Amino acid sequence: MYDIEKYYNAKTVSEAVSLLKEHPDARIISGGSDVLIKIREGRMAGTSLVSIRDVEEIKGITRNEDGDILIGAGTVFSHITADPIIQKYIPVLGEAVDQVGGPQIRNIGTIGGNICNGAVSADSVPTVFSYNSLLHIANEDGGRIAPVREFYLGPGRVDLHPGEVLTHVVIPKKEYAGYHGHYIKYSMRNAMDIATLSCSVVSKIDTAKNILEDVRITFGVAAPVPYRCVETEEKLKGRTLDEGLYQELEESVRGEIHPRDSWRASRDFRLQIGGEIAKRALIRTAELAGEDTCKGGEEA
Amino acid sequence: MIGKSVPRVDAYEKVTGRAKFTEDLLPKKCLVAKVLHATIGNGIVKSIDTSEAEIMEGVVKVVTFHDVPDHCYPTPGHPWSVELAHQDVADRNLLTGRVRYYGDDIAAVVAEDEIIASRALKKIKVEYEEYPVEIHPRKSMYGSKPPIHFDKKDNVLARSNYFIGDVDKGMEEAETVVKGTYKTPIVQHCHIENPISYAYMEKGRIVVVTSTQIPHIVRRVIGQALGIPWGNVRVIKPYIGGGFGNKQDVLYEPLNAFLTTQVGGRPVKLDISREETFCNTRTRHSIEFDLAAGVDKEGKLVAKDMHSYSNQGAYASHGHAIAANGLTSWRLQYACPNIRGEAYTIYTNTPVGGAMRGYGIPQVCFAIECFMDDVAEAIHMDPLEFRRKNLIEGYYEDRYLKPIAANTNGIFECLKKGAEYIHWDEKRKKYAKQTGAVRRGVGMALFSYKTGVWPISLEIAGARLSLNQDGSVQLQLGATEIGQGADTVFSQMVAETLHTDMAHVHIQTVQDTDVSPFDTGAYASRQSFVTGTAVKHCAEILRDKILAYAKTLLPEVDTRELSLRDNWIWAGEEQAISLAALAEESYYSLTNSSVLTAEVSEQVKKNTIATGCCFAEVEVDIKLGKIKILHIINVHDSGKLLNPQLAEMQVHGGMSMGMGYGISEQLILDEKTGRPLNGNLLDYKLMTMLDTPDIKADFVEMDDPMGPYGNKALGEPPAIPSAPAIRNAVLHATGVAFNENPLTPQRLIDGFKKAGLI
Repeated sequence: MYDIEKYYNAKTVSEAVSLLKEHPDARIISGGSDVLIKIREGRMAGTSLVSIRDVEEIKGITRNEDGDILIGAGTVFSHITADPIIQKYIPVLGEAVDQVGGPQIRNIGTIGGNICNGAVSADSVPTVFSYNSLLHIANEDGGRIAPVREFYLGPGRVDLHPGEVLTHVVIPKKEYAGYHGHYIKYSMRNAMDIATLSCSVVSKIDTAKNILEDVRITFGVAAPVPYRCVETEEKLKGRTLDEGLYQELEESVRGEIHPRDSWRASRDFRLQIGGEIAKRALIRTAELAGEDTCKGGEEA
Repeated sequence: MIGKSVPRVDAYEKVTGRAKFTEDLLPKKCLVAKVLHATIGNGIVKSIDTSEAEIMEGVVKVVTFHDVPDHCYPTPGHPWSVELAHQDVADRNLLTGRVRYYGDDIAAVVAEDEIIASRALKKIKVEYEEYPVEIHPRKSMYGSKPPIHFDKKDNVLARSNYFIGDVDKGMEEAETVVKGTYKTPIVQHCHIENPISYAYMEKGRIVVVTSTQIPHIVRRVIGQALGIPWGNVRVIKPYIGGGFGNKQDVLYEPLNAFLTTQVGGRPVKLDISREETFCNTRTRHSIEFDLAAGVDKEGKLVAKDMHSYSNQGAYASHGHAIAANGLTSWRLQYACPNIRGEAYTIYTNTPVGGAMRGYGIPQVCFAIECFMDDVAEAIHMDPLEFRRKNLIEGYYEDRYLKPIAANTNGIFECLKKGAEYIHWDEKRKKYAKQTGAVRRGVGMALFSYKTGVWPISLEIAGARLSLNQDGSVQLQLGATEIGQGADTVFSQMVAETLHTDMAHVHIQTVQDTDVSPFDTGAYASRQSFVTGTAVKHCAEILRDKILAYAKTLLPEVDTRELSLRDNWIWAGEEQAISLAALAEESYYSLTNSSVLTAEVSEQVKKNTIATGCCFAEVEVDIKLGKIKILHIINVHDSGKLLNPQLAEMQVHGGMSMGMGYGISEQLILDEKTGRPLNGNLLDYKLMTMLDTPDIKADFVEMDDPMGPYGNKALGEPPAIPSAPAIRNAVLHATGVAFNENPLTPQRLIDGFKKAGLI
C-alpha cells in the first residue's frame, strides 16, 4: 500500500498544467520508479499526484526538418534504446539508458523523469549534457526552452517551476552531426544498480588528420550536479589524439571534478575511477569515429 | 529412487503460483501491526507518549515496552536443553526501553491497515537518554558503562578455548612462522520472502502462521516469551520463500502472538520490510581472526594458533555457537601436532548476529584458507601442493566431540577434479609474472563441515506414514521444506525403501505443530541425514507392517518369501497381491480392518564430516578495481547424492552466496550510531545474474556409512569456499593479499595504490 492522498490523471499536457495549478501541492508522476520509492520510504508519504503517464503527445522520438531530434519526456528507456532514430544518430543515448536498473524499470522509467528527478546518478543525463540538449517546458504562459546545462540547481533540485511540465528533450543537429559518443557507467555491480560515477564523452574527430576537433566530457556523481569538464575540454580541443593526450585527459579530469567522500566510495577512489573512465570513453569514441562510414549522421 | 534426478515435488505449484505462502493465506479483515524502532544506538527510553497515536481513527491498539512481560526469553533455533548450563541465553523482551542497537523494538501499533499503522508510528513521541555506541567487538570486550547486558560486565557473551600439544614449543622449533589477521563482514541472508507472520486466537489458544524454518521451536519460544503453556500455542508453516538461517531464529512471532492477545484474538499481520529485515532480524557474524602457524623444512604444519573475536551485536541469539563452530573447525582436516584455539563472542551495539548458511564456517574458512595461501607463499610453495602435504587423507575424528569424524573423506579426489577443471598447474605458471593493468590468476580453497549438530546439541526427528486405500502413502514430517528440496528427497527416500514410485508418495508440505511430528527443523545441513534416518526407519516399519498384513491375507505363503516391490506383494518371484488391493482390504475388511501406519520419533547420535573445495580463475582490472570471475567450480564430497540435479542447484545457489561474500556483500554500519547505511537491496550489493559467471558444480560420491542413504551434509557447504578461493586468485594475479572480504572495488583500489600498482 502506498500513502497517496489524491491521484489526478492528465490526458494532455495542458490538462496536466492546469491540474498542477489547481493542486499546487501535487507532484508529477510519470513512470513512478522514483516517486513511488520516495512515497514508500516516507519522504513523500501522503502526497497527491498528477499523472502524466497517459499523455500521449509527450511519448516517442521524432527528427524534424532541420534534423533536430525531439525525444518526448514520457518516452520510456527501453523505447529510446530500440528507436531507429536514436540508433542511427545518437546510439550512445540508447546505450546509456539501457544501463538503468533492470528490464522492468527500463519499461516504465522515462527520460523526462530521469532528468526532472535531479539525481546526479541519472544514466541519461551525462549524455543529454554532452549533446548540449535543450529542454522544452510547458506552462500556463505558452512554455519555455531551457538548456539542460542550466536546469540543475543542486542535489535533487531542478529549475522546474510550479505548474510546469517537461515535454521534450531536443538535441539540435549541430550538436550531434559528426560526433560520436560513449558512456561508461561505473557501478558496484553489472545490473540493478545506480552509478558510483559515470561519464559520457562525445567527440568530433578528424580521422584523416587524427585531430580531436571537439570534445565534451560530462560526469554524473562527480559534483552536486551533472558536471561538464569544460577546462579539460578546452585543453584538448584541436590536439592530436595520442597517448600523451589521453594521459593529460586523465590527470586533468582528476583535477577538475569534485566527487564526494562517502560510505559508498571515497573521494580518492572516485578520482581514480573518474580519470580512467573518461580516458577509456574518449578512446572508444575515437574507435567509433574510425569505424564510422557516415560520419555520425552528418551526411544523413 | 535414490540417486535419481526426479523433478521437485513442489515444482509445478511454485512455477504456476499455486503454492500458498503466508501472505497468500491472510484471513479477511486482518489487522496490521508495525513496530516502532529506536533512533539511537545505545541508551534508554526516558519517556514515550502514545496518546496522539491512540486516538487516530483506525488505530486499534498501541503497546510499548511498558506493556509486555518483564521476563526475558531466548530466540535461537536450537533444540531446548534440559540442562540449565546448556540452555540458550535469554536476553530479550518483546519490546524494550533499554535500547541496545539502532532500531531496537520499543513499541508497536495495531491498526486497520498499513497506512494508518505507519502514520500512527510517526505520532509516537519518544525521549531518549543516550549512551556511547560501540560497534567494534575488540573495543567492546573491555566493558562499557553501563554494560550492554547487566549480567555481562565486560560485554563478553562467552569465551572458549583448547590446547592440543605445545604450540609455543612448536613455534620455536618451526623453520618458518607466519602470522596474519583476517576479518569477515556482516552480511545478510537476503531470502526473497521477508519474515512475515499472522496471529490469531482460537478456543483460547494462539495460532501463528509464519514463514519459518523451525515451527516446533517457534512454538516453544512463543510459550516461553509470553509465559504461557507451550500447548496453548499452535504454529503453522506454509511454503516459504527462503530462510538461509535467518528463519532458524524466532524473530517477530512472539511479539505477533502477544499482539493478538491485546486485540481480543483478532488476526494481526506483522509483515516486516526489507529494511527491517536487514536491521532487525539476524545477520552473519563479523569475525576477526589472529592466526599464526609454524612450518618445518618440508612445509609441514607443526603448530597452529587462532584467536577469534566474533561480533554478536546487541542480543545473544545463536551466540557463541557460531564462533565455537569455527574454533572446532580449526583443529579438523589439516594434520598438525600442536594446536591452540580461543574464541570470544562479544556484545556490541550492532544488528544481531545469528545463524546463516554455514554457521561460522564461511568466516573461519575465509581466514584459514587465505592464511594457508599466505603460509605457502612465505615458504615459496605452490598453495595446492602445500595443502596436499598437510591435509589428512582418509578417516579422522575430532579430538573432543565424539563421534564427529570423517567417516568418508574425498578431499584429495575433490582437489584433483578442481585442479583439472581450472588447469591449475598450467595457469599457476602462465600467470606467474604478469605486468599489465589487467591480470589473471587462479586460486583455491577447501573446507570441512559437520552433518547436523550431534553431540553439541540434541538431534531428534519424527516421521509418520500411513497407507492410503489405493496403496499410496501419506508422509508427514516436522522437518521443513524451505526451498532446498527437502520434500522431494524425503519422498524419494520413502519411495526407495517401500520400493515404489514418486507418484505413490504424498508428502504433507505444511507443518502444523498441532499435527506434524516433532522435529527441530531445517538447519545444520541436518534434515536429509537426521530426518532422513527417521524417514528410512519409519518406512521400514511400514513395509514390515504391510508384509505382516499380507501374511494374514496369504496364510499359505511362508513369511520369509514375502517381499514388497513395484507396488506388489511378492511371494518369492510371483506377484501375490497388489499393494492397492491389500490397502483396500486393510481399510474395509469386515474381519480384519486396521489402517497401516507407522510413526517414529528418533534420536540420532551420529555425525559425519562432509568436505569439498572451490577453484576460481579471475581477471583483475587493476585501474578500475574490478574482479571478473572467469571460471569457478565447487567440488563436493557430500556422500551419495540423493538427487543429483537438486544437489547441483544447491551448489549453484551456495556458490552465488559465496561469490557475493567474496567480492560484493557487506552490511555497512554508521560508526557513530551503528545504523545500517546500506540496509536495502539497492545499496547492499547482492550479485545479479549479470555479475554471475557460469558456475560449475562437481561431486565425489562416496557411500558414507553414517548417512541413511550414504549421504552427508550438502545444504550449507556450497556457500563456504568460494570467497577465499577468489581472494587467493586475486593474490595470484596481482601479488596483493587482501585479508578482509568482500574484495570490493574500493578495497582493491586502496590495496593496489598501497602496493604501488596504481
